Amino acid sequence: MLKTFRIGGIHPPENKLSAGKKISVLAVPKQVIIPLGQHIGAPAQAVVAKGDVVKVGTLLAKAGGFVSANIHSSVSGKVAKIDGAVDASGYKRPAVFIDVEGDEWEESIDRSDTLVKECTLSAKEIIAKIAEAGVVGMGGATFPTQVKLSPPPGNKAEVVIINGVECEPYLTADHELMMEKGEEILVGVTLLMKAMDTKRAVIGIENNKRDAIKHLTELSASFPGIEIMPLKMKYPQGGEKQLIDAVLRRQVKSGALPITAGALVQNVGTVFAVYEAVQKNKPLIERVVTVTGKSVANPSNLLVRIGTPITQLLEAVGGVPEDTGKIIGGGPMMGKALVSTEVPITKGSSGILLLTKAESVRHEYSDCIRCAKCVDVCPMGLNPSLLMSATEHSNWDMAEKNFIFDCIECGSCTFTCPAYRPLLDYIRLGKGTVMGIIKSRKSTK
Amino acid sequence: MILIAVIVLGFIGALSAILLFAASKKFEVVEDPRIAQVQEALPGANCGGCGFPGCSGFANACVKADSLDGLLCTVGGAPVMTKVAEILGKEVKVAEPKVAVVRCNGTCSVRPRTNHYEGAKACSIASSLYGGETGCSFGCLGYGDCVAVCKFDAIHINSETGIAEVDEEKCTACGACVKACPKKIIELRNKGPKSRRIFVSCVNKDKGAVARKACTNACIGCGKCEKECKFEAITIENNVAYIDYTKCRLCRKCVDVCPTGAIHELNFPPKVKVEKVESKTETAAGSNPAPTSKPEVSE
Amino acid sequence: MENNSLYISPSPHIHGGDSISRNMYGVLIALIPAFLVSLYFFGLGSLIVTANSIIFCAFFEYVIAKYILKRKPTLYDGSAILTGALLAFNLPSNLPVWIIAIGALAAIGIGKMSFGGLGNNIFNPALTGRIFLLISFPAQMTTWPVPKAFPMTYVDAQTGATVLSQMKIMAKSGTAVDLPNYGNMLFGNMGGSLGEICAIALLLGFVYLLAKKIITWHIPVAILGTVFVFTGIMWLVNPVHYVNPIYHLLSGGLLLGAIFMATDYVTSPVTKKGMIIYGVGIGVLTTLIRLFGSYPEGMSFAIFIMNGVTPLINVFCKPKRFGGK
Repeated sequence: MLKTFRIGGIHPPENKLSAGKKISVLAVPKQVIIPLGQHIGAPAQAVVAKGDVVKVGTLLAKAGGFVSANIHSSVSGKVAKIDGAVDASGYKRPAVFIDVEGDEWEESIDRSDTLVKECTLSAKEIIAKIAEAGVVGMGGATFPTQVKLSPPPGNKAEVVIINGVECEPYLTADHELMMEKGEEILVGVTLLMKAMDTKRAVIGIENNKRDAIKHLTELSASFPGIEIMPLKMKYPQGGEKQLIDAVLRRQVKSGALPITAGALVQNVGTVFAVYEAVQKNKPLIERVVTVTGKSVANPSNLLVRIGTPITQLLEAVGGVPEDTGKIIGGGPMMGKALVSTEVPITKGSSGILLLTKAESVRHEYSDCIRCAKCVDVCPMGLNPSLLMSATEHSNWDMAEKNFIFDCIECGSCTFTCPAYRPLLDYIRLGKGTVMGIIKSRKSTK
Repeated sequence: MILIAVIVLGFIGALSAILLFAASKKFEVVEDPRIAQVQEALPGANCGGCGFPGCSGFANACVKADSLDGLLCTVGGAPVMTKVAEILGKEVKVAEPKVAVVRCNGTCSVRPRTNHYEGAKACSIASSLYGGETGCSFGCLGYGDCVAVCKFDAIHINSETGIAEVDEEKCTACGACVKACPKKIIELRNKGPKSRRIFVSCVNKDKGAVARKACTNACIGCGKCEKECKFEAITIENNVAYIDYTKCRLCRKCVDVCPTGAIHELNFPPKVKVEKVESKTETAAGSNPAPTSKPEVSE
Repeated sequence: MENNSLYISPSPHIHGGDSISRNMYGVLIALIPAFLVSLYFFGLGSLIVTANSIIFCAFFEYVIAKYILKRKPTLYDGSAILTGALLAFNLPSNLPVWIIAIGALAAIGIGKMSFGGLGNNIFNPALTGRIFLLISFPAQMTTWPVPKAFPMTYVDAQTGATVLSQMKIMAKSGTAVDLPNYGNMLFGNMGGSLGEICAIALLLGFVYLLAKKIITWHIPVAILGTVFVFTGIMWLVNPVHYVNPIYHLLSGGLLLGAIFMATDYVTSPVTKKGMIIYGVGIGVLTTLIRLFGSYPEGMSFAIFIMNGVTPLINVFCKPKRFGGK
């Protein structure tokens, strides 16, 4: 019996169109746009100015606070300007524009392919190196990794859980990474185990990636303490709390950090970035991105430099199809619809998905028929229909009493609703408002 | 048989009446009779524009307060406040009547759409995730959160322009739409003598060229109006101009010099030289000697 | 590059494809076996009653939505048609057309539209129609034609006693009565309303609904289980007055009500725990009315009462929270 999380979940069609496609390296673009706010927390502060010459790996911006991350140049060339650029949020945010010249890398970076297994650094030194490299959560959440590796005192991680689940339909970047860089990932896991002083690690992989499970299980024989756990296919198995529930049978309490359940969760891509940062002195400057869609000529997994405008990725897969309605950064359940193709790839861009017009248009919605299908599928055990109703009527009291702040915004409710109600749209609004009310209540106490 | 029924029911009725009368006398709440009198004089809309919970709350506050300073029924305005002052024998300062102003004129014809928004059609939702369907992320979204919250049917989305429009006859300046607008476009400004007022109809904080590309009616922050204004009523901050309505003398010189037509004048008689609002280039500044608003007959 | 601009919206960007019409038509398909059986045993009468009920319900919904509520009529979602079909299955096959029309008006007008349309009603519309008719026209609503093979009669059909009326006589007086054998009850050869006679057809419908994930097992099993246990206890205590529980399960509108009426989305609770409580409530009330009340059939009133209790159940039975108690 495969393990899985115990409450809710849906089974969207997989559409893994780019499965099995080997990672191909995308050419360096002519200009990159590197936003200063690619992570959760304070945006980074620029340390370069217009006209500065940079190489691959040069520090562009320093972390702007405790919860923040460094940003490095992914190309070599000259800084053209530091200006506002439209990013995935739809709003203009400050970004560093670099005109590319050649492909020179910083000398400290080890560019060879040889596996470096040993590490003599202490836990503190490992975390410091991760912080320096600007590693953030690559599953899409972009939480600064060094902050996660430094939990508040009193919390100890018993297990390091690696998220190899990739439950979003269409995306295959993590799958390919596990197939091609399996050993590097396992070394990365040992580094994390050392950093958190734990003896046990579990890599959770959904059962639709049999080859990855087999491959990593073979490799993990030479890595003591690391276990590969196949998990039942169900969305959102890759959600942090759901993953902990599946692997450890423990449910994180409402409002608490996952570390309180004794687990540290990291995405497979993040683990690979950790390996590169600690063993190869390479900061986070590139990532694997799945470019896919039903009408796309050549769905692929590309290795892309951070800051590449997505027009280049779209050309590489055969251009934008005629019937494209939406371009989504990420997966179809939790990704953001991009406003134009001028948006750059950032640290959290796990995929670019092109949906056809037919798939993009939403149905008109009707009143709630109280079928309770949304209640059945909500992985956090909430009543989405009630929460949307509370938000529509600005009844923040009722929203708070029904735990609207526990929502992980996975979208299962909206996916399921037969009346096509935009449940998550309203719940997101209500969640923000209620969390603001709670915050102001705490600060005035 | 019927007689017995009549007597019994009559007796029960009389007994209940006596009990109710006694209870109403014993448990009577003594209230200052002036509160009821004041409440009579109020419009009874219970809109909360005064800042108190309903008309009864406002009546209470008026009676209890030492002076009527700072207490204003926005719906009733000066006539109601004068009446209240009469009832209570207090003095009242007549405050300037205000009206809601929508500071955006990025209509469908001048602000081209760059995306189709498919999410829930509510301004608060659209604004939290995107800047709207056009290149200007500050402008009116047109989904009508302000319309939904107005109790006086005073604001509507114009279906041609896509922008919210205030009906100044019905607007009571209660402030509900100001709170509802997530882009903070609506402002309560002085209604002005003869309902005449001038305001900058743009809140776009992007640099001039960027703003203009998104909307040809945008304020580009060029500063011509600031220089022109003799009463120091105009300030430019964050690439957008703002007219202080307490200082504005309604001379309309700024309207003349604005190159994009972002500054609007309302309820003025037409000038000798007709100005186009869907502008392209500068109009000839100060070419007509029209001075301050003469008390014109045409209205 | 794109002359047609990109679409934007908040996530999620895909939908599972479920719709209200899919669910409504799914239930209609599940009712087909019962309809075919009723056509066989009640012939012309069944056809006329069903057709009229559906047509009147659809008509009233369209007219009320368009001219009284002034909103877009949504007949395509199939819920008016479903209400019509369920109302018909609760009626005897010799009911005159004008009474059916009144029933449809009560069902759609009072039971559904007066509350605000689909999703806002408190009571099951078909049930509202049936109870309205039962109380207004008790004579016509409680004379059922005797089942024959493809009879071509309608209002003039020959009528006879039903299982429930026999069971009521036995419960009141203790005299032994003639009850049909299980075979007749399973295959529909007994008197009753259109849709309630054939247990096998209804159970086939139940299996279809479960397979298509339109309903879950909780409500029907809770109702049937409670009735079985309660009537079983009474039968063991006093077999002279009370029949064995199998008769109860197979007779009257119990199966039809448990599978199709009580499971209506709008009027049943939203959590599994709530559904079980709801089902048990219906079972208890039905049994009380059947055994101790004056009506032979208690199902409609039981469901109707529990529909009213559903909002209260929803307040107290919240879903099981992640990480909560």
